[in-house]
Amino acid sequence: MLADNDRIFTNIFGFHDWRLEAAKKRGAWDGTKLLIDRGQDWIINEMKASGLRGRGGAGFPTGLKWSFMPKNDPRPSYLVVNADESEPGSCKDREIMRHDPHLLVEGCLVASFAMKAHACYIYVRGEFIREREQLQAAIDEAYAAKLIGKGNIHGWDFDCYVHHGAGAYICGEETALLESLEGKKGQPRLKPPFPAGSGLYGAPTTVNNVESIAVCPTILRRGAAWFSGIGKPNNTGTKLFQISGHVEQPCVVEEEMGIPLRELLEKHAGGVRGGWGNLLAVIPGGASMPLIPAEQCQDLTLDFDSLSKLKSGLGTAAVIVMDKTADPIQAIARLAYFYKHESCGQCTPCREGTGWMWRVLERMTKGQSTYAEIDKLFDVSKQIEGHTICALGDAAAWPVQGLIRNYRSVIEARIDQYAAKSGAATKAAAE
Amino acid sequence: MSNRRFHPEQPSSFAFNAENLAWAQQTIAKYPAGKQASAVIPLLWRAQEQCGGWLPEPACRAVAKMLDMAEIRVYEVATFYTQFQLAPVGTKAHVQVCGTTPCMLRGAEALKTVCRRRIHLEPFHLSADGAFSWEEVECLGVCANAPMVQIWKDTFEDLTPQLLDKVLDGYAKGQPPKPGSQTGRTASAPASGTTTLKDPSLYDGSVVGSWRHKFDERVAKAAEAAAVAVAAAAGEKK
Ligand SMILES: Cc1cc2nc3c(=O)[nH]c(=O)nc-3n(C[C@H](O)[C@H](O)[C@H](O)COP(=O)(O)O)c2cc1C
Ligand code: SF4
Ligand code: FES
Repeated sequence: MLADNDRIFTNIFGFHDWRLEAAKKRGAWDGTKLLIDRGQDWIINEMKASGLRGRGGAGFPTGLKWSFMPKNDPRPSYLVVNADESEPGSCKDREIMRHDPHLLVEGCLVASFAMKAHACYIYVRGEFIREREQLQAAIDEAYAAKLIGKGNIHGWDFDCYVHHGAGAYICGEETALLESLEGKKGQPRLKPPFPAGSGLYGAPTTVNNVESIAVCPTILRRGAAWFSGIGKPNNTGTKLFQISGHVEQPCVVEEEMGIPLRELLEKHAGGVRGGWGNLLAVIPGGASMPLIPAEQCQDLTLDFDSLSKLKSGLGTAAVIVMDKTADPIQAIARLAYFYKHESCGQCTPCREGTGWMWRVLERMTKGQSTYAEIDKLFDVSKQIEGHTICALGDAAAWPVQGLIRNYRSVIEARIDQYAAKSGAATKAAAE
Repeated sequence: MSNRRFHPEQPSSFAFNAENLAWAQQTIAKYPAGKQASAVIPLLWRAQEQCGGWLPEPACRAVAKMLDMAEIRVYEVATFYTQFQLAPVGTKAHVQVCGTTPCMLRGAEALKTVCRRRIHLEPFHLSADGAFSWEEVECLGVCANAPMVQIWKDTFEDLTPQLLDKVLDGYAKGQPPKPGSQTGRTASAPASGTTTLKDPSLYDGSVVGSWRHKFDERVAKAAEAAAVAVAAAAGEKK
């Protein structure tokens, strides 16, 4: 288990005061000037050496991403922090914003400096109203203490603004977020150009998740070697895990990357409801990640590489646990509804496909389907995957594929049951 | 995607009150000159608050005018983002029940049943007295405290049907309960007490500066390595 003094978020539960003085006592804003005085290249190199991979879902190396910002560009640069947190199962950025906001604000300054940005926008999902208020209060404190703003004590003029959405999961996708921040519908842009070349207002922009930015000052203080010494090769550092669903005690906890699933659940969440033997499956990384059945969970470790080997992913490290009372078809059907609801409607495969998959899955939960339709559903999901502007199409397809790969027999049994009960031929054609 | 339209009955006009107008001007100033359209979501949200929790069409037109945007662009935003309520909502509470899988696994369906019983069989309809309305929403980012509802700015977490009844009773009486977990746990810490962050030295100030010694060593080492590299380069040139 990770030692307490290796934890970055020491007020994640809000047992202590979030305000500046208390945050400073916990180590926030400690020697920030020393970090900045080391210069841009040093910061980026340390971040690269730390092995930090983006905490927003895709796991792209943070230091590398920062190094893509153009050098000597006449346009202003922007850091945009992604606090849209809407991936079902994810509830960590909320805890950072309301309980450890100063780590985030300090991270915004340091990261912006590293990318020569004088302004940063934090895009908070619309529903996080209290979180937004608290974050704004922390920013106001930082301005008042001259930690940020024009002529601050760190010698890098820097403005930090809180912006917000109004209920659209798709605005978590970085280019949809930028569209939204420009005052438009949140519809993803085609890439390229990537935000580093043309982002917010057409200027060089880096979009990073709240957690990726908030860990950065601590990494720089304690050193890349400290961070990369935690976890596993290529999957380094600490990570906020969010445990929901059928565990005795759902919670959020900072742990080592690559922690075994069973250890995580049993040490921190009181274990699976009804004991480990009662586990049906987990969704290891938020709704987009295919579920993993209990048989593969025994020695499962939670990190990017182990999970992608199992055709799933760490995503946001939102671990959704299902015990044997759960109906896997219904659980995935509800996620299919989510994607149908959240599709921005730009691409036909996603707009039409997500609704179609949801309707078929709704029938499948009742057994009102046919064996042939299972293959058709799989086939349609494959036609959505990879054929859309943004990754929401993939995110909608993967859970369905995971369900069919692992629970075909359950779907078939449900069909048999329904056929036996109704005695009638089942409806063949999909709507 | 959801199909969203303006309500057939609309007030004839809208104007921000003085306080909100001042706030709106400050908000517009957060964005670079000429990029005032960026403020559209925050302004519409404020307008919705001023109108009692829903967004009338004249408010969209007023915002379009303030931001120098084509009205259709503002309508697009108002209909795209699902937190904009396009029809009147309950005067005392509009209950947003999260129904996504993590909440569903822990009993969101039973919370919807409470809303159907107490408010209206259908979402987006007012209760008989006009005080309540409800809808099912997608994951609100509070999954470790599922199931939950949001009412206005606050979340009520770790609910059961009985606890939701209590919350709604509170709103009916005009005395809402304290937001957050309704079972008394702190935020998203494990219910029976935290398994981490017990080391008192994290909180007594002793972490401040504790990294400096190693940091200085790293800096010195880097400087040494740089000096060696410079010397080697100089050697090569010779
Ligand atoms: C449909 C969709 C939704 C996303 N939602 C979020 C989100 O809510 N928060 C987030 O940080 N990243 C989200 N992402 C990932 C972002 O596009 C982006 O990769 C991320 O913010 C980069 O930050 P990182 O490198 O620090 O991880 C989403 C991606 C997609 C395709
Ligand atoms: S994949 Fe879906 S959400 Fe993404 S751009 Fe296309 S329609 Fe929009
Ligand atoms: S699923 Fe309900 S808050 Fe996340």
